[in-house]
Amino acid sequence: MTTMRPLETRAAEAAAPFAAPGAEEGAWRRRHLLDLDDFSVDELDFVMRTTDAMKEVLSREVPRVPALRGTTIVTLFYENSTRTRSSFELAGKVLGADVINVSASGSSVTKGESLVDTVKTLQAVGADVLVMRHNRSGAPYLAARHAHCSVVNAGDGLHAHPTQGLLDLYTMRTSLGDVRGKRVVIVGDVLHSRVARSNMWSLTALGADVTVCGPPTLIPAGLGRDTEGRLPPVRVETDIDRAIEGADVVMTLRMQLERMHGGFVPGAREYSRLYQVNAARLGLAKPGALVLHPGPMNEGVEISHEVAHGLQSHVEEQVQNGVAVRMAVLWLITRGAGAKPARAAARGSL
Amino acid sequence: MQDSSVMSPADIRRAVTRIAHEIVEHNRGTEQLVFVGMLTRGVPLAYRIARAIAEFEGEQVPVGTLDIGLYRDDLGERGASVNIQPSQMPDIAGKRVVLIDDVLYTGRTVRAALDALIDYGRPERIQLAVLVDRGHRELPIRADFVGKNIPTSRADDVQVRLEETDGEEYVRVAAVEEAEAFR
Repeated sequence: MTTMRPLETRAAEAAAPFAAPGAEEGAWRRRHLLDLDDFSVDELDFVMRTTDAMKEVLSREVPRVPALRGTTIVTLFYENSTRTRSSFELAGKVLGADVINVSASGSSVTKGESLVDTVKTLQAVGADVLVMRHNRSGAPYLAARHAHCSVVNAGDGLHAHPTQGLLDLYTMRTSLGDVRGKRVVIVGDVLHSRVARSNMWSLTALGADVTVCGPPTLIPAGLGRDTEGRLPPVRVETDIDRAIEGADVVMTLRMQLERMHGGFVPGAREYSRLYQVNAARLGLAKPGALVLHPGPMNEGVEISHEVAHGLQSHVEEQVQNGVAVRMAVLWLITRGAGAKPARAAARGSL
Repeated sequence: MQDSSVMSPADIRRAVTRIAHEIVEHNRGTEQLVFVGMLTRGVPLAYRIARAIAEFEGEQVPVGTLDIGLYRDDLGERGASVNIQPSQMPDIAGKRVVLIDDVLYTGRTVRAALDALIDYGRPERIQLAVLVDRGHRELPIRADFVGKNIPTSRADDVQVRLEETDGEEYVRVAAVEEAEAFR
């Protein structure tokens, strides 16, 4: 705004977003965010546009708005996490919500309380949003079925990690624009990756050309051969050089060390020799291709040190975008048309 | 439902030009002035006023855009939109900010805008310019510059349409019949 361009140009630019399709009121009807497998293109676009506005809030000197004042967010984590939990906590606080962190190890869960009872208890205490991570696939669905409040899946078992999928998408769109027709390669332990699953759904919904690559033991059965729409339409490639060639985005997954003991791969050295994303392999991708990693990284295993911290790495940007995307999600599910009406009414005016 | 056009494109043009002159006169020039257009239709109005001033004063007033969605107090009520846009704000600390919107009604939107503005810095003063003041304030807020005062009933629907955002240009009051309003 400081540089002076012709007023007409700026007026046209400023007015442009309002004509965007899909931005109509009430475009958002969800109360929960459980996975991206049923998201429409309009919904994904709407989250991305909302994230743009949240990025602006985060860029301010004092990033804090009163949007969710009076809203209580509880993070309930049955699995360890630093970045996802702190990202949600920060997102809630920037929007003015109260955030309470509950970890399973310090709660009644260790005394044998069931998931449903824990959810009901937290709801009775006043939770409007339950941000939940669980080691069992589907646990947030069970919680959502029994909850009046909103449930956000912060990762469930091997199933889904929708906010990671959204922040990856946002990071890609910031650099590439529309992802339609873009070549995205997901490399690594796809079988055990909820991040890969959520990404495959959102990216293919938007028309990206997705290839997954990894040892055959770590590729989900049937993936790439499904014709009934039950699995996302991706290509499977076990040769990493062929997979990466011409890619716009190389997404590396964490190679969990415990998988070595499970017999899925012979060992870390063998794995890195065959599937590590290193400078030589990255050279096969398009010049300037984006390197993404959901973290935490095992440098030297699935990704080389120089690539992890190289010019093409957008890992830090992913973390920053994570806060903005989670702000967008919290805002939409609690203030959108799908939110529980009682909560909205309980909120005082002024 | 009965329609009546209360401002033609020419009326709107004259009102914008008059507001532009009043702003410059009232502030004794354009020094330290910053315009902040409130999304959606305050934005094209802010640019029009800035353009008018550029023509007769030869000075360009910086224009920012403000989305007050995250500051509203009516969220969760019927019809509240979750659609928000990134604000684009110039530095307003120590500046004379003129907040610009299309319609002034209850004053709640302006109240939210004041909260939002102050989050960006401490302006020397804040003034308010609107194309239409339709009355029925619920807060102690008034406009410094008004294009046209239009007495309305609460049931009326004041429709402002501008070329830049709507592809057509008029101000119209759609009078809702009382029977319909209270149904």
